Parts: sequence; C-alpha cells; structure tokens
Amino acid sequence: MKNKRIIIYGILAVALFCSPFFLNRYWVDVLNSVGLYAILGLSLNLIVGDTGLFNLGHAAFYAVGAYTAAILNTTFHIPILWLLPVCGLTAGVFAVVIARPIIHLRGDYLCIVTIGIGEIVRIALINNVFGITGGANGIFGIARPELFGFQIRKPQEFFYLIWFFVAVTVFFFNRLEQSRFGRALNYLRDDEVAAEGSGINTAHYKLAAFALGAVWAGMVGDIFAAKMTIISPESFSFWESVLMFTLIILGGSGSIPGVLLGAFLVAGLPEVFRGFASFRMLLFGGAMVAMMIFRTQGILPPRARTFPIDTVADKTR
Amino acid sequence: MEQFFQQLTNGLAVGGIYALIALGYTMVYGVLKLINFAHGDLFTFGAYLGLTLLTSMALHEHLGPFLGVLVLAVMTMGLVGVMGIILDRVAYRPLRESPRLSAVVSALGASIFLQNTVMLIYGARFQVYPRNILPNIVINLFGLPIPLMRILILLTSVVMMAALYFFIQKTKIGTAIRAAAIDQGAARLMGINVDQVIMIVFLVGPALGGAAGLMVGLYYGQINFTMGWVYGLKAFTAAILGGIGNIPGAMVGGILLGVIEALGAAYISIAWKDGIAFLVLILILIVRPTGLLGERVAEKI
Repeated sequence: MKNKRIIIYGILAVALFCSPFFLNRYWVDVLNSVGLYAILGLSLNLIVGDTGLFNLGHAAFYAVGAYTAAILNTTFHIPILWLLPVCGLTAGVFAVVIARPIIHLRGDYLCIVTIGIGEIVRIALINNVFGITGGANGIFGIARPELFGFQIRKPQEFFYLIWFFVAVTVFFFNRLEQSRFGRALNYLRDDEVAAEGSGINTAHYKLAAFALGAVWAGMVGDIFAAKMTIISPESFSFWESVLMFTLIILGGSGSIPGVLLGAFLVAGLPEVFRGFASFRMLLFGGAMVAMMIFRTQGILPPRARTFPIDTVADKTR
Repeated sequence: MEQFFQQLTNGLAVGGIYALIALGYTMVYGVLKLINFAHGDLFTFGAYLGLTLLTSMALHEHLGPFLGVLVLAVMTMGLVGVMGIILDRVAYRPLRESPRLSAVVSALGASIFLQNTVMLIYGARFQVYPRNILPNIVINLFGLPIPLMRILILLTSVVMMAALYFFIQKTKIGTAIRAAAIDQGAARLMGINVDQVIMIVFLVGPALGGAAGLMVGLYYGQINFTMGWVYGLKAFTAAILGGIGNIPGAMVGGILLGVIEALGAAYISIAWKDGIAFLVLILILIVRPTGLLGERVAEKI
C-alpha cells in the first residue's frame, strides 16, 4: 500500500521534471505559478490546515518578503537569491509582532483581523509608506537571480528553481508534520482545551506556526520578485489570500499531497477554462461550490496517523 | 465645525448602509455559524436589479418619487430575498453537516459565481443611476445644510433596523430564530422547524442587503459589479466590531464604522480610509476579543 503510493508519487515527480521539454513557454509559465501557489499553500497549510487558525491575510507576509527583496536588491544590489533568508526573517518578525496581540482571538474574529492586516499592508504599499515602496506603480528593475554565475531568465530555468524549492518545502513540512511540534499543532486544532490540559503552551505553538508559515511565504515573495522583476501592490490583494486559502480546502486541509493538487486546481483550472473566455471565472466559482459539495473533506484529505502496533509494543516493554 | 457635522451625517448615512448589510452577515452567522461571503454579491444584485426595475418600469413617474422608490425597494428586497433562499439551497444546505471551512470555501465560490453573473449580464463598466429620482433638496437642520438624501437613507435604515428588531424580539418566528441560534438541536426538540428558520434568515438577511444596494445606487449614483467585495468586507468588519451573531451589535458596529471612516477620511487621510477602519477594528478586538456587544463565551470542557 505504502510502496504503491511512493511509486505513484515517483512517476508524477518524474513526469513533472521532464515536462518543460514537452511544453511550450506558456504552459511552463503556468506550471511556475502552480509551483509558487504550491509553496504558498504549504506555508499557509501549516497555519490553517495543521493548527486550525483561520488566516485570510497570508498575502501580507508574501508581500513583506517580496518588497524586502525588491528594496534591498534595487538599492543595495544584493543578489536576489542571497536575500532569501533575509526575506524570510523580515516576514517572520513582522508576523510575530502583529500576531502576538491577536493570536488569542477565536475563529472568525481572527479571520477578519487577518483580512484587515492584509488590507492595511496593501494600502500602506499603495500609499508609499516610508517612501520606499514606490506607491501604486510598485518597484521595477529587480535583478534576475544568478546561480554559480549562471543567470536564470527563461521560464524553463525558473521552472527548475521554483520546483526545487517546492521539493525542499514538501520535505521540510513533511518532517515537521511527523515531529513532536507537528503533533502538538494537530492536537491544538482538534481540541484546544485538551491540548492545553496536556501541557501544550497553546499561545506559544500558535505563534510559532504563524511565524513559520510567514517565514516561508516571505521566501516565496523573494522568488516571486526575482521571477517578475516588477512588483506592485495589486499582486498582493485580498484575492491572493483567498486563492491560497481556497487551494488548501479544495485539496484537503492538512494534507501535503492535497495542497499540491489544490495548487494545480487553483492556478490551472482558470487556464483550462480560458476557452470559455468571459465565463471562465463563473465556471471557476461554480466548480468551487460543486467540489465542496461532492468532496467535503477536500479531494485528498489527510490520512489518520497510524502507529504500527509492534513498534508501540516494543517501546512499552 | 460645519465640516465636522457634514462628515458626521455622511458617516451616519454610510454607516446605516453598512449596518443593513452587516445584519445579513450576523443573522446567518447566528444560526449557521457560517460567514456568508456571497452576501456582498447579493447586495450588488440588489443595486443592479433596482436599476433595471427603475429604468424599465419608471415607477417614480407613475407613483411620484417617494412612493415609487418605496415600491421599488419592496420589489428589489423580494427578489434579492428569493435569491438568498436559492443560494442557501444550492451552495450551503448540502454542507450543513460538513467541516466549517468547507462551507466557507463554498461561500467564496458562490461569491465569485454571483459576481461574474452580474458582470456577464450587465457588463464590467460602471452603471449610472438616473439623476434626480428623489428631489435633490438640501434641508436646513439647526443651521446646517444637509442633503435630503442623506437624512432619508439614515431614516430608512433606522426604520428597517427597528422593524427587524421588533420582528426578532416580539414575533413567534423571531423567537424561533433566536432559539435556533442558541441551540439548533434543542430548538428541533422543542418542535421548531429549523430548516424553515434558516430559510427565513436567508430571506430576510439578503432582502436587507438588497435594500442597501438600492440605497448605494441612489446615494452615489453609480454602481459596479465588484462593489460587493468592498461593501461586503466593510459590513463583515462592522458585524465583527459589534460582536458577530448579535443583531444590535451589527447595527452599532455598522454606524460606528461608517462614522469612523468618514471622520478618518476627513481629518487623517483619505488614502488611508480603509486602513483606518481595519486598524480601529484590530484595536477594539485586542481590548474586547468578542466585539463591542459580544458576550463572553465560557469555554466548555
């Protein structure tokens, strides 16, 4: 059973790896945005899917990362890939500072506050806060990334950069999910009071999940800035946060394969529907409703944790 | 000083509109614990249906301006209310027993669907309401010139809110709605038809939202298919500000938000108008985590 799954994932990964050789530039670019949404989705999944915090303002952290990269790159000419940790750090610090006073809010109250933070960040960017964000026009002239003297510029080249990052992300979040930290988050999501009773510091863990998700989104912001070379506030609207949230629930919240599939649906479906021209988004909305009705748990819901009985018996002996 | 009162009355009128939309959010939330993200788009539908009825039937020419607009409002409210019921049947009823976030995504999908329906029917450009449906009079109130439109909007929304309050508190159906909001299972055992209660909630809430849409059309003169996002978000903010699920809370939250926004735009910065609204919301929630009138809910163990 487990081997079968590994074989399927292996085949899919190889197919994806070879796909740039067969697809034209346009579809490779679509796959690139699927990849970016997949990383954003995985980072938000830690907050929404694993911890059960209702975050509809994830685009704010993405924006902080992207703008950090753009500002530092255009003013100090620091290579954009070196800025990856810096962007993650700024987004993480930003998340900790703003989330600390609000993390205790329950469910829908947290939801509207995160929406509000997303909007405040976007409005601040449009209003050229501190005079460094370039206002509504944004920042342009961001340098292309360079790796060992090789400049990445074609969509095919970005494809490997982005999907390498996806692979790292999947590995990291998979390990995290299996860890003590991941189990604590799941416990928190399923029963906060019981988790607290078992000695889990709920505020601490919630904040840690929030910050870690933000760090990852900030790093995606760096790659996004490198790929686009121009960033503007409209790339970080409420709609982006909605898409990230939607892809998690559509795919299966708390499940890494589910989130990856969700990224394909959310970034890919509007492209598939492009033939319907102006009916495209109408169909997309309808598809969202229909998928939720027919697959309530998402398409690939997370599997329950299993602990083989013999290993448990070993430990208790 | 005069500018202050002008902004205050403007804020009160806009706040009345926010409050009417917020009531739809809060009523649905009270009974179903669902954020109906498609509510803002029902509001847009109200504005567009109002415009269609206005131009096709020209009621204001036959019945006079005030009675004409009144009949128009009743018709719009009825149509949008029916749309609300259909929305519930199609997008929410199949998801009653499923995880809450699934219903939220269904609501977001329904919102995208409705928004694009409006765009496909009416086009993506701004639509303009005919001018001077209601006489453009400026009334002198305590020495302050205030447009009649502003007073009418505030008055209408207050009357509607009072009627709703009476309906919820004094009638048998209202009692059933309150009971279903407290405990659906227990309400069922007491012989309340909860499905019917939900249907009524999805009739009344969107009807009020539709009326608000018509008011925005009449007040600002132009409407756009995306305005449901903005107003919906504001109204949802208002509902949370007052304490979601709480009907007087939505009214207070809506009016307060309208006034804060108008004064903030006038005295701080117009570019930061939306930011100020959200900032105030966050500050209030830090102090009162369940909104202004929200009750403290004890954790059940």
